[in-house]
Amino acid sequence: MASDEADMLRTMGLRSVEDLFSDIPPAVRMSGLPLPPGLSEQEVVARITEMLSANRTMADMPTFLGAGLYDHFVPASVRAITSRAEFYTSYTPYQPEVSQGILQTLWEYQSMICDLTGMDAANTSMYDASTALGEAARMARRIHNGKIFLVPRALRWHRRTVLGNYTWGSGILVKEVEYDRATGMLDLADLKQHLSEDVCGLYVENPNFFGRLEEQLAEIRTATDVPLVVGINPIAQAVVKKPADFGADIVIGEGQALGNAVNFGGPLLGIFACRQEHVRKMPGRVIGLTKDAEGHRAFCMTLQTREQHIRREKAMSNICTNESLMAVASAAYMAVLGANGLRRVAVECMRKAKDLAAAIRAIPGFEAPLFEGAHFNEFTVRYQGGYEAVHRALLARGLHGGMQHARHLRELRDFALFAVTERHTKHDLDRLVEALRSIR
Amino acid sequence: MPNLPEHEVVRHYTRLSQMNFSIDTGFYPLGSCTMKFNPKYAEELASLPTVARVHPDQDESTIQGALRLMHELQQSLATIAGMDAVTLQPAAGAQGEFTGLLLAQAYNHDKGEHRQQIIVPDTAHGTNFASAGMAGFDIVEIASVDGRVDLSALKRAVGDKTLAFMITNPNTLGIFEDHIIDVADIVHQVGGLLYYDGANLNAIMGKTSPGLMNFDIVHFNLHKTFTTPHGGGGPGAGPVGVKAPLEPFLPVPVVTFDSSMYHLDYHRPKSIGMVRAWYGNFALLVRAYAYILRQGGDGLTRASERAVLNANYVKHRVQGALEVPFSGLRKHEFVASGAKLAAKGVKTTDVAKRLMDFGYHPPTVYFPHLVEEALMIEPTETETRATLDAFADTLIQITKEDPALLHSAPHNTAVSRVDEVQAARDPVLSWRYLKAQPKF
Repeated sequence: MASDEADMLRTMGLRSVEDLFSDIPPAVRMSGLPLPPGLSEQEVVARITEMLSANRTMADMPTFLGAGLYDHFVPASVRAITSRAEFYTSYTPYQPEVSQGILQTLWEYQSMICDLTGMDAANTSMYDASTALGEAARMARRIHNGKIFLVPRALRWHRRTVLGNYTWGSGILVKEVEYDRATGMLDLADLKQHLSEDVCGLYVENPNFFGRLEEQLAEIRTATDVPLVVGINPIAQAVVKKPADFGADIVIGEGQALGNAVNFGGPLLGIFACRQEHVRKMPGRVIGLTKDAEGHRAFCMTLQTREQHIRREKAMSNICTNESLMAVASAAYMAVLGANGLRRVAVECMRKAKDLAAAIRAIPGFEAPLFEGAHFNEFTVRYQGGYEAVHRALLARGLHGGMQHARHLRELRDFALFAVTERHTKHDLDRLVEALRSIR
Repeated sequence: MPNLPEHEVVRHYTRLSQMNFSIDTGFYPLGSCTMKFNPKYAEELASLPTVARVHPDQDESTIQGALRLMHELQQSLATIAGMDAVTLQPAAGAQGEFTGLLLAQAYNHDKGEHRQQIIVPDTAHGTNFASAGMAGFDIVEIASVDGRVDLSALKRAVGDKTLAFMITNPNTLGIFEDHIIDVADIVHQVGGLLYYDGANLNAIMGKTSPGLMNFDIVHFNLHKTFTTPHGGGGPGAGPVGVKAPLEPFLPVPVVTFDSSMYHLDYHRPKSIGMVRAWYGNFALLVRAYAYILRQGGDGLTRASERAVLNANYVKHRVQGALEVPFSGLRKHEFVASGAKLAAKGVKTTDVAKRLMDFGYHPPTVYFPHLVEEALMIEPTETETRATLDAFADTLIQITKEDPALLHSAPHNTAVSRVDEVQAARDPVLSWRYLKAQPKF
C-alpha cells in the first residue's frame, strides 16, 4: 500500500502526501487531530458494548412508555431483508437502471401506506412524525390561502416546537384548539371559534395525545373546508376507519411502529400521504412507475422538479436524505404480517391496554383513564399522591411507568401516559399491577 | 394489502435487493455524496439491544450509556471541526443546514438585529438554497472566478442585511478556497456569520478545520465522512457545531455531565427548541462514534490524505480523455467536463449509463451547474489503486467508443434506459393509480 502511494504520487510528479495539501495556506494548517490513537476492532466493540451496557433496555425492565414510539415485535424476516447490504449500503437511487431493487421496494411502501390510509399517494418518508407535521402545515398553505394553522393544544411538546421551527420562515401562525375536558377529544365549539378566512389548515390526531380515538372526524370535516391533516398511528389503522374516508387531505404519522426498533428515538420514519389532486404540492422523495427503452416496467424517482436540486430556494422542502431504509423495513413488515397479521397486532394491543387500564382503575388511589371512551393502546394514569412518587417506586421495583404529562400539559401534572404493545406479556402486566398495589 | 406466506415475501425482497447497486457490491465514485466502505463492526454495535430497545423517554438513570456516548461523540466532533459545542439532533445534512440557519437567526435576533439575507456561491449544494428558502430568508447567489469565490463579488453582496454566507471548503469543484481567511473577514466585518457545509469535511481532517478557517457554524454528514451507511437514501445524521457565542441557542435537550451523571438539559431559555423529535438518529451516532474510535486522530487524518491522493490520481489519469476545467490540486473530488464528447453527440448521461455496463456506479452528473456536461468524481479513501486504475481505464475507453453504443446504454442491467420524463408527465405513484388506469 505504501509503495502504491509513493508510485501514485510519482506518477503525478509529487514527492510526498504533504504536497497534496500545499493549497491550504499555513495560517489555517494544522498537523493532525488531538484525538486518541485508533483502537483495534476488538477494542472498539468492547468499549462501546461496555459503555452502552449502562442502558437499561425494555427487555431488562417492563416499560410502559409510548407517546409516539412503540416497542412492537419485529419479525426476524424484516431484519433479514433490511440487513441485505444491497439495500443498506446503497445511495439515493439517482441512477434507476442500477437501483430497481430499492426503487420498487419504496414504490411498494408508498402503495401500502396508501392502502393503510386510503390516500392516493405517499412519499418515501420524512424524518419523523414531527417534521412530517411541519411539512404538512407548509403544504396546507400551498393548497389554501391563509396564515393560521390550527393544531390541538393536547399535542406532544416536541411536535409543537418542531412545527414552530418549520413554519416560522413561511409566516404561518400556529394556533391551538382546546380539548374537551370530558371526552379528551378535540373541542368542537372551540374549533368553530378559531375558524376564519385566514386559516390555511387544521391538524387532528387519531388516536390523540391521550391515546383516545378521535370519534368526531366526520363532524370536524363538516365544520370546515380547509385542508385537513390527520395524524395516525399506522398500527391503529388496521382497526379504525381510514382518514381518506373522512375527507382528509394529508395524512402524517410516526412510521417507526411498522417494523422498526425504538432506537433511543432515532432513526424514525415520518409517514406522509395525500390525495391525488395535491400530489404536485407534496414535499419529499417520490417513486413512480414508468417504462424502460424496451417498454418493460421500470421504476424511478419522479416529480423531482419540486425539490431542492432543481428548484433550489423555491423547493417544496429541503429534504434530501430521508429515512429510506426505515421505509424498506416498513414495507417488509406490512408484507410479512399482511392485512390479517396487522389487524391481529392492533387488536391485541387495544385489548391488553383496555384490560390493564381496568386493572389499574381497580387499585385504590389510582384513576385510569382520565377520559372515558375508546382508546387504542395508550391511556392516562393518575395517582392521588402525585405521579412522580409512582414513577420512583416503579423504578425501584425494576419497572418503568408511562410518560409524565407535565412537560406537555401543565394541568395534567399528576398524569402519565401508559402504552402497551403485543410485546408486553401477562407476566409484565401482572408485575405492574402488583407494584402499583404495593405503593402507599 | 397482501396476505402472503413469509418465504414468498423474503424471496421477493431478496430478489429485489439483487437488482440494486451498493457499496458492498461495487465502486461508487459519487462526488459530494461520499460513498465509502461501511464497516461491519459498526452495524453490529448499532443493532445491540442496548441501542434498539431503549426508549428515549426513559428516566435519565436508565440511559446513562446512551447519554455518555452522545457526550463523547459531541466532543470528538467539536475537536475535528474546531468548534466549541455540537448538537446531534438534526436527522440529515439538509436538516443540519436548516438548524444552523435557525441558530444564526436566533443569535441575530438576540442581538436585536433582523438580518434576512443569505449569500451562497454558485458552486453550492442545492440544499443550501432550499434550507435558506425554507427558513424564510432572501438568497443572493454570487458567481465564482477560477472555480473559487470572487472576493469582489462577495464584497459587493455583503452588508448590514447579511445574516450568513454558506460555503463548503473544499468547494464542490474539489478546489480549496485558499483565500478563506479573506472570505471570513469580509463576512465578519459586516457582522455576518460564516456557515460551513460539512459535506466535504472528509478532505481536510487533521489538515485544517472549519474552526481554524474562522467559520462560526458547521454541519457534519455522519453518513458521508463518518461512514454510516446511506440506506438507499437515508437515514442520515447531520450534527451541527458552533462557536461559543451561538451555544445558548442550540436545540434542547443538551446533554450535560456533572462529573457523576449525564443529564438532558431542557432549561435553556435562548434555545431554538427542537428540529425533530428526541435526540437525533442515535443508531447512526453509535456507528459514527465506533468509526471515530477505530480510526483515532491519526486514522482520520490518514483517511483525508488517502481520499485526496485518490482523487488527484484519478483526475491525473482521466485528464485528456475528458477535460478538467481549472488547474491545480483537488481535494477529495474533481469535476470533469464531457463538453468535447457533446460535440460528437455523446451526452454525459450516455457516459454515465455506459459505465454501468462495466459494473460501476456513475459519478454525480450535471452538477455543479457551472461546468458544462459535468461528471463529478469522488473515489474516497477506501478504494485501492487497482480499482482506481480499472475505473480510469474504463472511463477512457468509453470516450473512444461508438456513440451509438453509448446512446443505447446500459445493456446489461435489470432494465434498459428508464424513461424518467414519462414518469413525471403521467405519475403512477401507487397501485391505486394502477387500478384506476392499468397501463403498465
